[in-house]
Amino acid sequence: MSKTAKIYVTLKKSVLDPQGNTVKHALNSLGFKGVQDVRLGKYMEIKLNGETKSSVEDQIRKMCDKLLINPVIEDYTYEIEDE
Amino acid sequence: MKFGVVVFPGSNCDQDCFHTLKDILKQKVDYIWHKDPSISGYDCIILPGGFSYGDYLRTGAIARFSPVMKSIIREAKRGRRVLGICNGFQILLEAGLLPGAMLRNRNLKFICKYVHIRVENNNTPYTKLFSQGDVLKIPIAHGEGCYYADEDTIKKLEKRGQIIFRYSDIKGEATPSANPNGSLGNIAGICNEDGNVLGMMPHPERSSEGVLGSEDGKRIFESIIKEGLWV
Repeated sequence: MSKTAKIYVTLKKSVLDPQGNTVKHALNSLGFKGVQDVRLGKYMEIKLNGETKSSVEDQIRKMCDKLLINPVIEDYTYEIEDE
Repeated sequence: MKFGVVVFPGSNCDQDCFHTLKDILKQKVDYIWHKDPSISGYDCIILPGGFSYGDYLRTGAIARFSPVMKSIIREAKRGRRVLGICNGFQILLEAGLLPGAMLRNRNLKFICKYVHIRVENNNTPYTKLFSQGDVLKIPIAHGEGCYYADEDTIKKLEKRGQIIFRYSDIKGEATPSANPNGSLGNIAGICNEDGNVLGMMPHPERSSEGVLGSEDGKRIFESIIKEGLWV
């Protein structure tokens, strides 16, 4: 059985996000005056083998720790869905 | 002395490093393909600049798992000299041989120009021919060179003399306007605790002969040669 993991990567709160700032200014200048802050991130979708949600979660966490995320600057969250 | 220049798919300063070492400094030098797991026989390993693996995922994140990196990590911990330039610096950060990470330049632009850097610590194999406070004219060429580390790490780097180069003006003042990319503390280069691993964003191999506009980078390679063989 296969599952899909949706991983959301964001810059840590303590890390300045110049892309987000630029987008925020663009939105403000387009008239969206209520926009206070924008943070940009990455989205990854991984389809993988796995019987149970917990076994898939275990793999995803290992992948994030080893390669997908740089813990110095990034945080992540994920969702696991059935195919 | 024998140098090894590692070639990853996407490296593009490997030939400049090779040329500088062989033709200008008259040293023995080999290319090391990233799939070659052996680095025995080299006194100093150079991780050159470029765009290893197209900078996919994060700069250096995939190159860091190339077969050659296992030996480099092991040997670096034993004291062998490893110099990472630009993308090579990014790979060293991803490999955990140096602390911190690189973010996109503060102005979001790829910056390719001459800058000045100040020597902060001349007690390393890479800077022993300099005096503290010397100012070098040297080019940078990167899109992700904004050095970041948490406050504790920066304090430790400062305390242990691991900050080797800072961006400065021509007089050696590390002012905000002399900081091209937003790096914390104007940091342009750092070393590990033992001083045998150096990462720097500027390109010494592009400033090692007069015809290129500066020879200041050559002193870094000459320092390594002065340090001598690795036993």
